[in-house]
Amino acid sequence: MKKHRGIQSTGIPENILGYLMVTPALLCILLIAIYPVFRTFSLSLTNMKMQFPDMAKYVGLKNYIQLLEEPRFWSATYNTLYFTVVSVALELVIGFVMALVMNMPFQGRGIVRAAVLVPWAIPTTISATMWKFMYHDQFGVINDILYRLGIISQYKSWLGSTSSALWCAIIADVWKTAPFMGLLLLAGLQTIPAELYEAATVDGASKVRQFFSVTLPLVMPTMLVALIFRTLDAFRVFDLIFVLTGGGPGNSTETLSMYSYTMLFRNLDFGTGSAIAVLIFIFVFLISLAYIALLNKQNESAEL
Amino acid sequence: MKKNKLSTTVFYVLLAVFIIVIVFPFYWLIITSFKPPEELWNIPPTWWPSRLYLGSYISAFTERPFLTYLKNSAIVATSTTAFAVFVTSFAGYALARLNFKGKNAILALALAVSMFPGIAIVSPLFLMMKEWGLLNSYLGLIITYTTITIPLSMWNLTTFFRTIPRDMEEAAKVDGASPFYTFIKIILPLAAPGIFTTAILVFIAAWNEFLFALTFNTKDALRTVPVGIAMFPGQYTLPWGDISAASVVVVLPLMIIVLLFQQRIVSGLTAGAVKG
Repeated sequence: MKKHRGIQSTGIPENILGYLMVTPALLCILLIAIYPVFRTFSLSLTNMKMQFPDMAKYVGLKNYIQLLEEPRFWSATYNTLYFTVVSVALELVIGFVMALVMNMPFQGRGIVRAAVLVPWAIPTTISATMWKFMYHDQFGVINDILYRLGIISQYKSWLGSTSSALWCAIIADVWKTAPFMGLLLLAGLQTIPAELYEAATVDGASKVRQFFSVTLPLVMPTMLVALIFRTLDAFRVFDLIFVLTGGGPGNSTETLSMYSYTMLFRNLDFGTGSAIAVLIFIFVFLISLAYIALLNKQNESAEL
Repeated sequence: MKKNKLSTTVFYVLLAVFIIVIVFPFYWLIITSFKPPEELWNIPPTWWPSRLYLGSYISAFTERPFLTYLKNSAIVATSTTAFAVFVTSFAGYALARLNFKGKNAILALALAVSMFPGIAIVSPLFLMMKEWGLLNSYLGLIITYTTITIPLSMWNLTTFFRTIPRDMEEAAKVDGASPFYTFIKIILPLAAPGIFTTAILVFIAAWNEFLFALTFNTKDALRTVPVGIAMFPGQYTLPWGDISAASVVVVLPLMIIVLLFQQRIVSGLTAGAVKG
């Protein structure tokens, strides 16, 4: 076997060419993504108001201290965590069942696989608007269906009640992303060699046993990666809440992103809004670290 | 035998439930768009329009600036796709093929950036766009979208460039072609399928983005589709017919793209996930 090396340049040295080709992409990332993160942090240490940017003063950790004493911050944190944990768990379970179903041979499988991708591809504001109309307290079809089935005895204001509004958001989110999760898991399922199942069947392992000792461990790496992306996505949920409830009723569906947005662009309080944004960033960072640790552990045990 | 029948039944029931649940909101959207105005306020709602009414479509295009939103979204999403794919074709090729230090660090940085929550950078970006006079412009959104789609695009293209056999490059090298020439004339054409897949993913991401579009472009004439539709209700009455008609117009092309290119999209999105 010939050992491959990079292409030797006849003009510009290869490493210089490499750096030149990477520079535009890297510059964009540094200027529009990395630098703003630091600037968000420095804004969070000021009392800047959007109307008077020049009057901003350094206030140290005051914004953070105020936030930690603010019940609205804790309620937003709770809502965000609740939304994230419940929707990602439901998406995982439903997505897994969908993946198993789509992995079976049946007529029209290609169409089904394509169709389940549609909710993922449409703008969240559109799916949220669709759901908002279906949840409507008088003209909504959800009330109609539940009433006809005898599940409710009178129409309910699903989005107008603090006990059900967050669940409305969760259901709309699961509808949009569980099929996508299903497709990711399906791709993982398809990498499992059929011989493993044949061997397990010969050994007399039941289907349930096969699922737990063959399917689950082998699909685990894919599942963890899919979970990372979904968890981070759910944690920063914004569009859905903005359209569906606007954070209400009474802040009962206000997530951290929504809270930060409200402070930044409605109250024009860039100091507090940025402090919330920094805390979101730290949360996201910690969640990523936890998953990466899990992935590494998984890889180690797979290698043993 | 009996058990087999049972599991087949369970399978088809599950399949039917999934399809119905996924399709139903679209069904409801479409029939709502064709209902005559008075029928929208029926209690209980009707499950089929009493007559086919096209007024919502007409009003979405004539009485509302929906066409402007479509135009704005088309300009922003196409330009973003062109820029992001152009910039990351170079980066992806360099990362896949050329020898230089720090390649893994660059890929790791891109992955980290792809996980940034938009809200964590929106306030400084808003101030930067204000300083640069790019609020209420296409360019402000294009720059931002190009950046947030670069990680996805770069990973996809790097992965794709790695799958292209090296023989062609070796042959070109023997003929004395420079690496840059080889890249433009030999690699890029071979990479066309990967570039196409990446372009679809970037386009969908740019087309659907909400937070930056909402905060940067507050003038109605510069709003994109997702913001325009979210702001449609506007005043006191909710024009569900118009909103539904506009939504159908937006959803249909996306549906066609997805149905045509489903396999490419999924392989593009899972490239990273499945390989770990």
